[in-house]
Amino acid sequence: MTANLTRRDFLAAFLGAPIAAACARRPPPRPPGELVGASDAFGHLLRDEPPPRPAAWTRERVAIVGGGVAGLAAAWRLHHAGFTDFRLFELEGAPGGTARAGDAYPWGAHYVPAPTRDNPALLLLLGEMGILDGTDADGEPVIAEQDLVRDPEERVYYRGRWYEGLYLHAGASPDDERQLATFLAEIQRWVDFRDGRGRRAFTLPTARASDDAEVTALDRESFRDWAGRRGFTSPRLLWLLDYACRDDYCTTLDGTSAWAGVFYFASRATRSAAESRPLMTWPQGNGRLVAHLWRRVADRARLDAAACDVAPGDAGVDVTFRARRGDPFGVRAERVIFAAPQFVARRTIRGLPDDRAGFEYGAWMVANLHLGGRPLGRGFPLAWDNVLYDSPSLGYVVATHQRGPEQGPTVLTYYYPLVGDGAAARRALLAAGQPEWADVALADLGRAHPEIADLVERVDVMRWGHAMIRPRPGFVWGARARGAPFRGVHFACSDLSGVALFEEAFDHGVRAAEEVLASLGRPAESIR
Amino acid sequence: MAEPPRSPTISVFYLNVLIVAACGLIYELLAATLASYLLGDSITQFSLIIGLFISALGAGAFVSRYVDRGIARVFLEVELGVALLGGVSAPLLFFAFARSAAFYVVLYSLVFLIGTLVGLELPLLMRILREHLSFKDLVSRVLSFDYLGALLASILFPLVFVPRLGLVRTSLAVGVLNALVGLWGTYTMRGLLHGGVAGLRARAALVIGLLTVGIAFADRLTTLAEAQMFPDEVVYAKQSPYQRIVVTRGGAGFQLYLNGNLQFSSVDERRYHEALVHPALLVRGGAKRVLVLGGGDGLALREIERWPVERVTLVDLDPDMTALSDKFPPLGELNRHAFRDPRLTVVHADAMIWLEEGTDRWDAAIVDFPDPNNFALGKLYTTRFYRLLARRLAPGATVAVQSTSPLFARESFWCIVRTLEAAGFKVAPYQATVPSFGVWGFALARLDPFEPPRSVAAAPSGLAFLNDDALAAMFRFSADMTPVPVEVNRLDNQVLVRTYEREWRRWD
Repeated sequence: MTANLTRRDFLAAFLGAPIAAACARRPPPRPPGELVGASDAFGHLLRDEPPPRPAAWTRERVAIVGGGVAGLAAAWRLHHAGFTDFRLFELEGAPGGTARAGDAYPWGAHYVPAPTRDNPALLLLLGEMGILDGTDADGEPVIAEQDLVRDPEERVYYRGRWYEGLYLHAGASPDDERQLATFLAEIQRWVDFRDGRGRRAFTLPTARASDDAEVTALDRESFRDWAGRRGFTSPRLLWLLDYACRDDYCTTLDGTSAWAGVFYFASRATRSAAESRPLMTWPQGNGRLVAHLWRRVADRARLDAAACDVAPGDAGVDVTFRARRGDPFGVRAERVIFAAPQFVARRTIRGLPDDRAGFEYGAWMVANLHLGGRPLGRGFPLAWDNVLYDSPSLGYVVATHQRGPEQGPTVLTYYYPLVGDGAAARRALLAAGQPEWADVALADLGRAHPEIADLVERVDVMRWGHAMIRPRPGFVWGARARGAPFRGVHFACSDLSGVALFEEAFDHGVRAAEEVLASLGRPAESIR
Repeated sequence: MAEPPRSPTISVFYLNVLIVAACGLIYELLAATLASYLLGDSITQFSLIIGLFISALGAGAFVSRYVDRGIARVFLEVELGVALLGGVSAPLLFFAFARSAAFYVVLYSLVFLIGTLVGLELPLLMRILREHLSFKDLVSRVLSFDYLGALLASILFPLVFVPRLGLVRTSLAVGVLNALVGLWGTYTMRGLLHGGVAGLRARAALVIGLLTVGIAFADRLTTLAEAQMFPDEVVYAKQSPYQRIVVTRGGAGFQLYLNGNLQFSSVDERRYHEALVHPALLVRGGAKRVLVLGGGDGLALREIERWPVERVTLVDLDPDMTALSDKFPPLGELNRHAFRDPRLTVVHADAMIWLEEGTDRWDAAIVDFPDPNNFALGKLYTTRFYRLLARRLAPGATVAVQSTSPLFARESFWCIVRTLEAAGFKVAPYQATVPSFGVWGFALARLDPFEPPRSVAAAPSGLAFLNDDALAAMFRFSADMTPVPVEVNRLDNQVLVRTYEREWRRWD
């Protein structure tokens, strides 16, 4: 299939025909670079081949399957309780899952909104990392200045010029501004909402959010229908809502539950909808958090090991692993924390009731563009997050923004969500290799930065086939009970919440660890 | 048998005399102006260069007797030579000045060489005209056109050329004019030129081409539009990876501009730098280790090095800036060769990252960054920056921070003060009048409570601005500069950049 497609076909498929046509006259350069992951071939053995027979078996009290944020959080929680009799296994050659990072640039998730009082476990972690600076007058935690996104935070490119902020105010009509105000007022209503038990409608972790019928009713319609019923027709407002859906959920306005759509805007504010909580970020994105968690786990972890058979039994849970290098091996554990997505659970855990069919995942391409110098541009200067208004991509973040320096070489992390149907999007993602994806990134950014062709030195590409769970209408609150332990297997993954956020993965990891501690007769006071 | 030479139109020769004389004088004025810009002491420079040029004219006249054959051809060759040398003279001199110690040699050799060639021209022209005029008429006409040319040049040079074109473009443009006259001569004197003229014309075209390329290149150095932004002549311009560095020279001395913003004028920079440095060192008393952040011009260094300090470290982002301050003679003289002091260590780094990564501590710190007119500079005025700085201070250490104008940018000034306070400093704000800037503000800061200095008795002698009265006045603010409510400047809000931009826009 790949052989028959030209550069132009790929550009047309991912950026549209006009851009492909423009690039036909002057094709973007082909800088060196590599496909860094994810390990789709190794992972797909699970789907395509029967599990091997282990050469040897070992015993563990607790086995954690998955070294993403949920698995690392579970390990961190066990460690925090003084329980160190566990081992963690990860399919990839590096920990972090979709929060993985290079030395000083992210490969995926790259920020976390400053947590509120509703998230004591995460605050405990941040305190441990030295990121907390006390509390403010409202009793909300204050995050150290250097760990918050530096101003200027974001800008948007529209018709030859950059503008500050994400909402395009330039050229907005009075009606556009009125609709924006109405939208913000609606969000404000949800920010101020408290249910009978004093819970917020939208907060993180979502386990703390209200399950009041008025709130969960939002989950039954799409974000587009929700917006339509409120008379939101302003193209730039709908663009903002669509951007939010692509950014956090890798799907469209139609594919997003209104609960998730409102959640995106309302969960980040404590007081005012117009003034959301600041964002925490680091040059390596959430890789900073991963690196801290990993320090506790590294000597009890095995990388390049894919669980391919999980057999719960009366004497414990037998897990068979395929090793990327070396023989397959088996682990008999008293408890398993399954910190991998549910599409993997379905294929590996014997006897698991098939209630996981509704889990649908979006695919992402993330490219890191190494530049010899800073790109120029008319209008507002380079920000942390740089968004192109009329692009299917999400634009790029600047790795050197958070720490400086402000001149010289840098790395731009370019995010491209494939919002189409899951399986088709994954096929499209994998059909294009490093050269094709580098083409897409350079052609897309070349519109705002023609000089990028001269600045770019290297483009590395990450293809995330199952990047994030999609909160389709009805999914988030449809089966809230999913994730209940199954015969010694405890589940921890952000997909159980329906929103792929660090806070969710972290909370599930902590919760699963606390479940395991209790079931092993080592109950610890919950930190959640 | 050759045709008898056709007699060229006499008036064409007079025009030639006029232009040759005008161009010659312009080269002379260029060299004298440039030398007085770069070396100062204009009386000496003008006197020396005029004297040298006139004596070279004599030398040229003397040498003319050795030209026996092909007088017209030699004349045109000399004319092209003058065009080339005179045309490149200003750029060549600027180049030599910025890069070599042999500036005097280049300057005087060039003046003498141009003078000699110009001196050759008139006698040769007179000999060409000899056959057509009586001696009486020849002397009277040629000399009067010669002096008329000189008058024309001396009017055009200060009133048209320098203000409109600047020195470099004037030099190149007059060179082109000179070469065009030479090229024209190959037509008007065709009858006097025995043999082919193709070679001569090719050389004329080459000279014109070279100088035209020079004019185009001058645009890469400084565009005409940029040059006109500055009130004075641009004597140095460079785009470093970090900023645009421009030095200008005018009647009021040298000025340094970074990205178009005035950093100092040599006329009154002592007011600024004495105010910046000495109060902090007076409060600390006996500081041994002094840190300078920014201040790549070396002028704060000059003031610090007057104290018996043991170690000075200067952290500036831009190697081009510190190299210029060290090697560009007028700056080197102004900062008294501060970069040659053995106590000094220069670090080229982003000050914020440098503070974060190091551990050694300082008794005093002088923070002299450009005003916070962009986000990259704004970060150097945040609570985070001042907290990092606090971590690098020894007990009792004192800090002085240049804090923009409390008059023109009142909120910005008090924002810097409040930000220092938010970072844990006790602050004594102060101000001094620096005519080329206006009223300028500073912040004296320490982590423990302190009193502002009252006496300069402990300071080095020879201060030009600071005395006890000036010191007392600096810590008082008139009613239009007193504190106003402001937000604290943080990395995640950068309010200072936005405030500063809004305040200064009112004055532009």
